Amino acid sequence: MATAGGAGQEKQLAPTLLSFFIYNPKLGPKEGEEEKKILFYHPNEVEKNEKIRNVGLCEAIVQFTRTFSPTKPAKSLHTQKNRQFFHEPEENFWMVMVVRNPIIEKHKDGKPVYEYQEEELLDKVYSSVLQQCYSMYKLFNGTFLKAMEDGGVKVLKERLEKFFHRYLQTLHLQSCDLLDVFCGISFFPLDKMTYLKIQSFINRMEESLNIVKYTAFLYNDQLIWSGLEQDDMRILYKYLTTSLFPRHMEPELAGRDSPIRAEMPGNLQHYGRFLTGPLNLNDPEAKCRFPKIFVNTDDTYEELHLIVYKAMSAAVCFMIDASIPPTLEFCRKLDSIVGPQLTVLASDICEQYNINKRISGAEKEPQFKFIYFNHMNLAEKSTIHMRKTPSVSLASVHPDLMKILGDINSDFSRVDEDEEIIVKAMSDYWVVGKKSDQRELYVILNQKNANLIEVNEEVKKLCATQFNNIFFLD
Amino acid sequence: MSREPPPGEDEAPGGGGGGRAGEGGCYLALCARPVHFEKANPVNCVFFDEANKQVFAVRSGGATGVVVKGLEDRNPISFRMEDKGEVKCIKFSLGNKILAVQRTLKSVDFLNFIPDSPQLEYTQECKTKNANILGFCWTSSTEIVFITDQGIEFYQVLPEKRSLKLLKNQSINVNWYMYCPESSVILLSTTVLGNVLQPFYFKSGTMSKLSKFEIELPAAPKSSKLSLSERDIAMATIEGSCKKTHILKLNRTGKFALNVVDNLVVVHHQDTETSVIFDIKLKGEFDGSTTIHQFVLPPRSIQPYQIPVAGPASVTSQSPVPCKLYSSSWIVFQPDIIISASEGYLWSLQVKLEPVVNLLLDKGKLMDFLLQRKECKMVILSVCSQMLSEPERGSLSVIATVFDKLNHEYKKYLEAEQSYTMVVEAGLSRSNPLLKRPVRTQAVIDQSDMYTHVLSVFTEKKEAPHKFTIAVLMEYIRSLNQFQIAVQHYLYELVIKTLVQHNLFYMLHQFLQYHVLSDSKPLACLLLSLESIYPPAHQLSLDMLKRLSTANDEIVEVLLSKHQVLAALRFIRGIGGHDSISARKFLDAAKQAEDDMLFYTIFRFFEQRNQRLRGNPSFTPGEHCEEHVTFFKQVFGEQALMKPTTF
Repeated sequence: MATAGGAGQEKQLAPTLLSFFIYNPKLGPKEGEEEKKILFYHPNEVEKNEKIRNVGLCEAIVQFTRTFSPTKPAKSLHTQKNRQFFHEPEENFWMVMVVRNPIIEKHKDGKPVYEYQEEELLDKVYSSVLQQCYSMYKLFNGTFLKAMEDGGVKVLKERLEKFFHRYLQTLHLQSCDLLDVFCGISFFPLDKMTYLKIQSFINRMEESLNIVKYTAFLYNDQLIWSGLEQDDMRILYKYLTTSLFPRHMEPELAGRDSPIRAEMPGNLQHYGRFLTGPLNLNDPEAKCRFPKIFVNTDDTYEELHLIVYKAMSAAVCFMIDASIPPTLEFCRKLDSIVGPQLTVLASDICEQYNINKRISGAEKEPQFKFIYFNHMNLAEKSTIHMRKTPSVSLASVHPDLMKILGDINSDFSRVDEDEEIIVKAMSDYWVVGKKSDQRELYVILNQKNANLIEVNEEVKKLCATQFNNIFFLD
Repeated sequence: MSREPPPGEDEAPGGGGGGRAGEGGCYLALCARPVHFEKANPVNCVFFDEANKQVFAVRSGGATGVVVKGLEDRNPISFRMEDKGEVKCIKFSLGNKILAVQRTLKSVDFLNFIPDSPQLEYTQECKTKNANILGFCWTSSTEIVFITDQGIEFYQVLPEKRSLKLLKNQSINVNWYMYCPESSVILLSTTVLGNVLQPFYFKSGTMSKLSKFEIELPAAPKSSKLSLSERDIAMATIEGSCKKTHILKLNRTGKFALNVVDNLVVVHHQDTETSVIFDIKLKGEFDGSTTIHQFVLPPRSIQPYQIPVAGPASVTSQSPVPCKLYSSSWIVFQPDIIISASEGYLWSLQVKLEPVVNLLLDKGKLMDFLLQRKECKMVILSVCSQMLSEPERGSLSVIATVFDKLNHEYKKYLEAEQSYTMVVEAGLSRSNPLLKRPVRTQAVIDQSDMYTHVLSVFTEKKEAPHKFTIAVLMEYIRSLNQFQIAVQHYLYELVIKTLVQHNLFYMLHQFLQYHVLSDSKPLACLLLSLESIYPPAHQLSLDMLKRLSTANDEIVEVLLSKHQVLAALRFIRGIGGHDSISARKFLDAAKQAEDDMLFYTIFRFFEQRNQRLRGNPSFTPGEHCEEHVTFFKQVFGEQALMKPTTF
């Protein structure tokens, strides 16, 4: 992100990941064995003693702050050049993420001068990013403790290395914002009848493919049904929408929607295909390997195969017990049963959606820029963000405004009461934050010369059109 | 209606058969309380009147007594009449008003059975010269049709005058005739071959000639021989429509007899001693003009029947005698009458639905069949229960099909009912005398039936996996929605109860989020009660109350109970109701919240309201806020009270 402004040549350098490490102080309690504490360290090239020093520093800070607040030790450390975030997802397992503050590079007398912007990064945003790192790891690998039980430190280290080596490259710290705090789920708006049809479809599929334990249904990258519990769905949803689906976008756009079908004459015409698992069902050598996921890790601790199957814009996730390896025969059966029905259902949904849109006149509504989030069902809606791409989710407003939203959110999380905050930002922008019970709404208004009352009226208007069917105080 | 292959010229049914009846699943039965009459013998003649379904036992030409028994009227009518010769035909008019007796080929005698009317017999000769009377039919209590070999004569009987008045006659050569009392249609066989049938329709003094039709004769007929006899034709009413559009495929040869029971055509086959049934309402192969039907169920014999030992013998507790079924002495009458002349019994034939359940394995077809039957409700409900539980649990798609079929019928009734109500409410009922309140048949299985007999029992049993239980409930709700039938809230309660029992709160949340469980006050209250085990239920409940838009008081109560006094006040102000709310209620809640600032704010709000409404900030005695004023002064001091503003 580079913006030119002010006098002289200025260059803004976005925040970047400096280091990321995971340690457990109990693993090397004795002096001289400090290295044993370290389970993962990025970048790996860093010299051993520096790793030990950095881990030791974090340990000390956490330990020190614990004396003031035994239950809530430090979550972050602000320094001039960077910010460190601490997270203890499992007892004694610490994750630390060090982010370099954004820099403004100026030129003075032909020499570059760096100005660190210490107050730019929002703690809540990056703490959330760190927490999601853990959640994502846990989704595909289970808990740290489970890995230790499975094969001790060695196995845990291998799993961490394997996972984070790739995952850290997909963190786009420069574009993290309020949405990362919410980590919400976008729900697909749907009429009751079509929803019931989907229910009926899912129930029948679970009956026919009787090894299916849970099912999730998405349309247009938005959730319609989750058989998984909320927290597991939240992270699975993030994986699907930011990683798996975008990776399969390009072949779809290239018109190769159904590569399997083309080679299967006489088969029922349908557009179903596997996003995970076998690419070609006709190939007897096709590998039926599906990603494994771990859910309900707090109680039942279930290990599942994740089968993602898609027809047109409708995607279904079938989750089956990991003890039953899905065979090619099973995949063919699934394809033959689910494919045709999902194809029909997908076109039904599309049709119904278009009808509903026409009736409600959704397209004619005034374009407000807002973010809505409900803590109760994790429902998230943003008209600020562009469609998520594999790399980033782009906000269509100035980062300064996004930062104000983040600040308001931090204010909200400090109290339980309903609140409303109205901020006049630079260049004619008004930012309004409202919190009612478990819901939060952030609106950005760009109205020249508007006063407080007018802004309030505008927001009321928005609530009346967008949120008239929920109890949202104004 | 025709049937194939062609029957022989023998009488049907007749002869003894060695056919093997199917073991279980007899779906046909003779009625338990038959009419018993003195069996036919040289001195006792037996007659059957299809119109009144009465058996006449005439002893010695009536001189030693006539006994009339019917299926419906249990009290036999006995009387004597003079023996004026052999009785050929004897029938009561509708309502047993007038008795008509035919003793010769030229005339019919009449006898009044109306109290206080002349008791002497009177006679009517047929008008057509040289014609012979083939028979007569009563078309009402005082109207009668003579059928002669040369035509028909329609009379009105005037019992007081002891005479008849000719209303209408029609000349036509008649081989034989047949009368269908349900539709008041007489069918005449005309032409040399006898295969051209001419129907006449009678209604309150008028006679209408309907268009004639020809029965295709299967083999090239030998000339001048009557090829179609009355034995080959059965006429009956099936749901009012009597069209020759259906062909029943028997795939058998031999002697047949037909009954019609509960809108089913029953074909008895004497050689095999079995019967099959056809349902012309069900789908058959349609070839453009006619529909070819296969029989619905495998052939079965009529259920074995025990003849109770007659008369005083019952005292000796003799074991009952099994009745010979498909006996040669059986005579079959329309629609559902079987008479055994030799044993002196008259039965009505009945269709038993329970055995059908195990014979029709396709549940969709079974429902199609059952929904057309009169006494179907309990059988259908038991089929539903059966398909939801082991060992015969049906798949979800089968269950969906059954629900859809039931709700299709249910919706049809609701729509008929609704349009009837609309017409009545619009005051148009007088101008449309044909308008009738739609009849609710047993095939209308509503939500309360399903809930009481099937779904609540099923969910309580808890033997099925909860996934299946929920899937079934959702399938029923889906089906109701598909037919645009408003779902009753007790069904939603059942869903919620089941979800809560299995801690499936997130599922419940999602259903509510998509409004699958429609909003209602009872449902919102149910959700509120779940708040302690599932906190988000509070939000769901408030949202629902908000959408109902008639539950504003409830919203305020909910918020106050949670000490969200400010939120309650803001809400009521938002809907413009803040001038009429009780100050005391809010101040109570604010005081209970133990938040002085909150109390101050609320107190001040009401002082301002008082000022605005009455020009004075103080509370009136009627508001009962004295203790709150005292409390306010205690905490904030007297001077903190709002001063009346004077202008």
